[in-house]
Parts: sequence; structure tokens; C-alpha cells
Amino acid sequence: MAKRLDVKDLNIFYGKFHAVADVNLSVNPRSVTAFIGPSGCGKSTVLRSLNRMHEVTPGARVDGTVSLDGENIYSASVDPVVVRRTIGMVFQRPNPFPTMSIRDNVVAGLKLSGVRDRKRLDDVAEKALHGANLWNEVKDRLGKPGGGLSGGQQQRLCIARAIAVQPDVLLMDEPCSALDPISTLAIEDLIGQLKQDYTIVIVTHNMQQAARVSDQTAFFNLRGAGQPGQLVEIDDTEKIFSNPTQKATEDYISGRFG
Amino acid sequence: MSVTTSSLDTPIGGPSLARPRLRAWAFWVTAVAVYVVLRLLFLFTVQSGQPMFPAGDRGFGQAVDAVLPAQAAVQFLLIFVVGYVLVQTIVSATVEGWRHAKDRFMTSLLTVAMVIAVLPLVSVLVYTVTQGVVKLDGYFLSHSMRAVAETDPNGGAYQAIIGTLEQVGLATVISVPFGIMVAVYLVEYSSGRLGRVVSFFVDVMTGLPSIVAGLFVLALWVLLLGQGVSGFAGSLALVILMLPTVVRSTEEMLKLVPVTLREASFALGVPKWLTVVRIVLPTAVPGIITGVMLAVSRVMGETAPVLLTVLGNPAINFNPFSGPQASLPLYVFSEVGQSSDNAVARAWSAALTLIIIVLVLNLIARAVARFTRVNG
Amino acid sequence: MAAVAAFLIYQAIPAVSKDKGNFFTTFTWDPDGSQVFGIGAVAFGSVLTSVLALIIGVPVAVGVALYISQYAPKIIARPLAYVVDLLAAVPSVIFGLWGATFLVAHMVPLSRFLARYFGWIPIFSSPDNIFGKSVFAAGVVLAVMMLPIVAAISREVFVQTPREHMEGAIALGATRWETIRMTVLPYGRSGVISAIVLGFGRAIGETIAVALVLSANYSVSWKILVPGGNTIAANIANRYGDAGSIGQGALIASGLVLFVITLVVNFGARYVVRRGAKKAAA
Repeated sequence: MAKRLDVKDLNIFYGKFHAVADVNLSVNPRSVTAFIGPSGCGKSTVLRSLNRMHEVTPGARVDGTVSLDGENIYSASVDPVVVRRTIGMVFQRPNPFPTMSIRDNVVAGLKLSGVRDRKRLDDVAEKALHGANLWNEVKDRLGKPGGGLSGGQQQRLCIARAIAVQPDVLLMDEPCSALDPISTLAIEDLIGQLKQDYTIVIVTHNMQQAARVSDQTAFFNLRGAGQPGQLVEIDDTEKIFSNPTQKATEDYISGRFG
Repeated sequence: MSVTTSSLDTPIGGPSLARPRLRAWAFWVTAVAVYVVLRLLFLFTVQSGQPMFPAGDRGFGQAVDAVLPAQAAVQFLLIFVVGYVLVQTIVSATVEGWRHAKDRFMTSLLTVAMVIAVLPLVSVLVYTVTQGVVKLDGYFLSHSMRAVAETDPNGGAYQAIIGTLEQVGLATVISVPFGIMVAVYLVEYSSGRLGRVVSFFVDVMTGLPSIVAGLFVLALWVLLLGQGVSGFAGSLALVILMLPTVVRSTEEMLKLVPVTLREASFALGVPKWLTVVRIVLPTAVPGIITGVMLAVSRVMGETAPVLLTVLGNPAINFNPFSGPQASLPLYVFSEVGQSSDNAVARAWSAALTLIIIVLVLNLIARAVARFTRVNG
Repeated sequence: MAAVAAFLIYQAIPAVSKDKGNFFTTFTWDPDGSQVFGIGAVAFGSVLTSVLALIIGVPVAVGVALYISQYAPKIIARPLAYVVDLLAAVPSVIFGLWGATFLVAHMVPLSRFLARYFGWIPIFSSPDNIFGKSVFAAGVVLAVMMLPIVAAISREVFVQTPREHMEGAIALGATRWETIRMTVLPYGRSGVISAIVLGFGRAIGETIAVALVLSANYSVSWKILVPGGNTIAANIANRYGDAGSIGQGALIASGLVLFVITLVVNFGARYVVRRGAKKAAA
């Protein structure tokens, strides 16, 4: 299930604007990779290009390849709809569908694929909610709307929704930045559990979070003012935070900028 | 750990991401294929200028004729579009699966809806122009219908133009100051119940049918107060219709004026009313002008309230305060009711005049709005 | 507002009191003659034509709103919206003129087709096989006239769908239509309903276009293809010229009923919007 991601010579453009340049990295299956770096340096942009979400913005374009277990997701015969089912995403602000019940939210992805069998949907919902550590809190109110939960619960609901379709990779775009510290901790624990089954890439502003949660960390920065963002350094988390190779990395880690 | 550049070309495990997809060329091929097939099918019935299935008794022919009674070329276009959408959906379903087929079908359906929506506008405008141009000339615009029988080819709309201009002009003169004052009150001064009540009534007035406004003026002014029919009575009815538009758009404009502007004025010790008059209003003026022009263009075309209160007049009546007057939309309405061709032709020309005036006003209003937007 | 109601009532009462028939249910209209009149027929006609207009016009209007807000490339979205709004600027008398001449003639084949193949459904039956000005034609004209209102309001609502909901759907692998179905439409539901109600209010108050496109009579009939039918507003316009004093009062009374209907409809729309807003905030 969990697959390997390889990014090669990735360049991202918005219209004529060169947003991100020459990214090369690999993510091992069943591991957590964190993207860190100052605001606006392209972390989220790169993340969104991993499941072709950037195509939602008109004029966005990508050069290079992103391969899932060796298969390039940008090749002409690949359907973006399928890519997004295989590579799931959790957003910064929890976004459960407000008009759907909790149960319907979780199985929304499954229903799109045409699964109709009530029993199967219920089973999947329960499994996914267990997987997101949310089952015990909502098992009595599966029929209530998704909007009635707390922020942390909503985010776990979104995680349940994402894993219900059994993706190969899970992308998380600053999943805790809108949450309180207790919910944040709960989600970080969850990530630790999820990595046994999924490949995870997480963008975070919080360096301590990256240090706590990830196996591998990638540091992004702008080449210069008005220049595209780029990958400065990528390595085992321990090494990045104790003994980074690049000076920029070291400066960022020790808080000298960003 | 250095970055490994793996050059694996074959998937390791699990199902592939690739799906059969329709590329752009597939759609062109489909379109051409559908066209060729249909052309061959109907090769022997397509005659230019005629409907494809003249008085067709065959079910299919009648169906096509029913939807689009028009020349053969147009009908063929209709059949082509329907055929193309059907074939495209089937092809997509076979190649890409139902989800994508449904998606493409909905895209086509919504595009068709868009075209359907635009058609009546084009039809109305084109038809009005072609029918109205026939009789529209200087004579028409400068002569009235006095002593002109319905079947005569003479006669013009001069009295109607005068009437419309006077009625709408009076209505504007009344409603604009009053409307601006109400809007100023609502935005700058009110904070309590009265403000909410007034705002509420303005909202309700926006939905008032024009004929009810006419009835009101009829009941109150014409009958009860015995003032009789006149151009001014019509103006009163038009005021009822214009007020809500003027108030609402002025309100919007006033709200757009930044609070900081007002605060700066207050900080200088300028009293509130003076601030409003000298600072807030001038900033909002372009938007207010737009709102007024839109309101004017709307009431120019109102027939119903005028019908009841102004009655109409074949002769020129320059005095809006006494006696019945004519009005452009009213003129169109009454001429259309006559059975003579000349009358109908006059109606069209008057209609063309009316729509030109209304559209020009509308376009100017929007242009003003676009070019004088309040910038931060 | 209260003044409008008060004066209308004042004028209407003398006439209604002279009515020898039941004002609300009688179909015929002869206030100056036999003094039997009632709004039964015309009210029925008002509602029928407006509902017909809704059935025809709302799907197209919502489709247009979806197209402009979700599908059209940015460059053409603005001009398209403008063109649709332009439809609202055309005076109603011109719609009536176009309807009575162009549309009616062009709808004859359609009416004939419907009567012939679908005549077994009562509303489409046409015993005399005469086609022309009819409730159906009036319904189409009203649909065209209310289209810009419904489309504009719906469009504004659709555009406000929160981006994050749409992205959530897309990230699950939904196609464009599936995304719209999952996020835009549920979100905009109360807005569309209020748009529909406002469109209904506009249609039912429309006077001149209907007066020109209907050949008025006072029968109550579901057969929309048959020439005939009438609405409250059109009746006032048609009969005012030759009305005596009772006649005037009667027409004013019917106008009062129309006014009340419009008020109720507008309040209804407001109520729906407020309930929708409350639900969204919950």
C-alpha cells in the first residue's frame, strides 16, 4: 500500500512566474518527511504538486517528474482524478463538508468511486475513524453534521476521510497550525501511528514539530529576493537538526531568520 | 544521504495510475465523424432556405421542427449538436468510464444552457431592429398621432417621446434627492428601530409589481384627490418604482466610502452634516450616478403604471401637470393592439427608439461604474 | 407601504361589497354589467403562468449561473454575466411585442408537436387544434424575463462557495461536476431557493408582456396550449380602459390581492434566506 515517491528536476511555474526550481528528493515508503522553511519559499507549492492539486490554479504548470513507485504522475496518460485518490491530502484548515454527516464525510471518497453497499461503507467508516483516533468520540453521533466537532476533531475527521480510500501517500499541509496545542499533540501521535501504513509528507512551520515527527527533513528557501524557491538540503531529521551541511539551514534552524 | 535519482520506468507494485483518457484530438475526430454521418443521412432533405422537414409528418421531422422551426442550416446545427453530445458521452463512457462521461456530459449541458440563455436576448434585439428600422426616420420622431387614423401610414411618436422624457424627468427630480436623503439617513444617522423599519420597507418596495404602484397612484392621486389623469401622476408612480433602486445603490456607495475619511473630517472639527455633504457624498457621487441611471433606464420602459395614470394621448401635450399625455412604452402597447399593419409598424419603430434609449443609458451607467470605481 | 395598502383597500371596498358573486372564487368578470365578478380565474392564471415560467426558466438560469461561475474561462465570464444582466434591462413591453409576434408564431410547431404526441397528458391536450397566444407562450416569455434575476442571484451565491470545501472535494479525486455536486450546490441551496422565490414574484407581477401574449378569457383550464387564460395583472391592464366605477374598484381589489401575494412571496424569500444563514452558522 504505502509507496515510494521520487521527485526529479521539478520546476513549478505560475504563468510566467518561476515559483520553484530544480527540486530533487525521494521519500521512502512508510516514513514521514517534513518540509520546513520560511514563508513563501515554496513548501506548500511543492507539496501540492505531489498530487497535482496545483492544477486547480489556472496557469500553473510543472516541469520534471514526480514518480510514485516509478510511475510518473505527470505522464499524459495519467488521470489526475486517480492520482488524487492515490495521493491524499489534508489541509491547513479542517474542511469537513458542512452539509454531510460525519459518516458521509468519511466515506465521501469511497462513494465517489461508486461503492454503494451500505455495510461496506459502514465498515470502512469505522476502520478509518479508528485509524484517525476519532472513533470513540464520535461513534454515537455518526449521523450528525461534520461541522459540530471541535477543531482538532474536525481535522482528525479529515484525516479519516483521507485514509478511508486507502491512499498510497498522505500529504499534510500544515495540519496543526489552526489547532490548539493539545489537539496538535494528538495529531502528532496519530502521525506516528499512521506512518506504519502510509508514506507521509508534512509541511510545517513548526520546527520542533518536524523534529518530533519526521524521519527525514527537507529545508526549502528562496534563492534570493524575487527568485524561485529551492530545496536547500534534505537529510535524516537528526542530522539536519544537529549538524546541517548548508549554512542557510543552520541559520534557519537556530532562528537567525524566518 | 545523497539524493538518489532512480530511473525506474516500471511500476513496482500495485495498480498503475494510468487510465485511458480522451485527448483533445479525440473530440475533433468525434465532431467530424458525427458531421459526416449526419450529412450523409440527410443529404437528400437539406435544401437551403427551407426547413429540413417541411410540414413533416414523420415523428422525427416534426420533433426537430417543433424545437427549432427555422432554416435547414439551423436545424442541421441543432441535430449536429445533439448528436455530438450523445456520441461524445458514449465514447467517453466506453473509454474513460462513467464518472468522466458524466462530467463531460454536464459540461456540454451547461454550455448549451448558456447558449439558450443568450438566444432570447439576441433574438429580441435583432428582431426589434429589423422590424423597427423600417419606419424609423426623422418624420416618425418629430410628428405626433394627432388626426391620424390607425390605418394611416403617417403619424409618429413625437408626443410619446416628449411625454416619456417629461414623466421620467419629473420622477428623477423627485426621487433622486429624496432617495439620497433616505440613504444618507440609513447609513450615517440611523442606529435603531426606525432605521431598520425604513430599510425593511425599502426592501419590500423593490419587489413591488409596477402595476400595483400604478394602482396606488390611481387610487390616491387621481381618484381620491381628484387630480385626474396627467403626466405628473405617472411621474409619481415612477417615483415609487425608482426610489428603492436609488436608495439601495446610494447606500452601497456610501458604505464603500472608507471610515477613515469620515474620521479625518471629524477630527478636524467638521460637524457631521457638513462632513456628509462636502466629503462623503462627493466621493460616492459616481456610484450614485450609476444607480440613478440604472433606475432611470428601468422606469423608462415601464408601461403598466403609466397606463393607469397617464392614459395616453394621440396629440402632443407639453404640460405634464394637466391632461393625459403619451409615453413611449404606452404608445407601443396601444399601437400593437390595433390591427392595421401601419400601426404595428409604428409600434416597432417606437419600440426600437425605446430600446435604444434604454440600452444606451444602461451602457453609460455601467461604463461610469467601471471607470470610476472607488479605490481604497 | 401601509399607505399603499390602506388606500387600495379604501377604494376596493365599495366595489367588492357590490359584488354579487364571491370575490375570491367567481370566474367571470362583469363588474359593471351583471355585477358578478371574482378573481378566481385570473388568480389561477397568475399562479399557473408563473409556475410554468419557473419550471421552464429555473433550470436554465441555474445552469447559466453554474456555467459562468464554475466553467467559463475568466476572460469571458464577465462579459457573459453582463450579457445575461442586459436581458433584465429590456423593457417588458418589448418582450410582449416580441412574444406576441415572433415567439408565438415560432412556437406553433412546438405546440402542435406537443399536442399531437403528448396530448394524452391533460395539460397538453388541445381539442380545437388552434395554436397561438396561450398560457404556454406567456410562460416562456415570463421565463425569459425572470432568467436574469434568478441567474444573477444564483451566480453570486455559487461564487461564494468556500475554496477549502472545493479543494477538499478535489483532493479526494472528484471530477469537476462531482465537486460542484458535493460542495457548490449544497452550499448555495438556500440562495438559489430565495432566487427562485424572487423570480416568482417578478413573474407574477408582470403585466404588459403577459397582456400582449395572452388572448384573454376567464376560463380556468390546465390546458396550457389552448389560447386563453388571464392573469391578475394583465386583467387590470386590459380592462381598465373601459371600466366604470365599480369596475375600477374591482380592478383595484384584484390589484390588492396581487400586492398581498407579492408581499407574502418577498417575506417568504427573506425568511428562507435567514433560515439558511442560521443553519450555516450552526
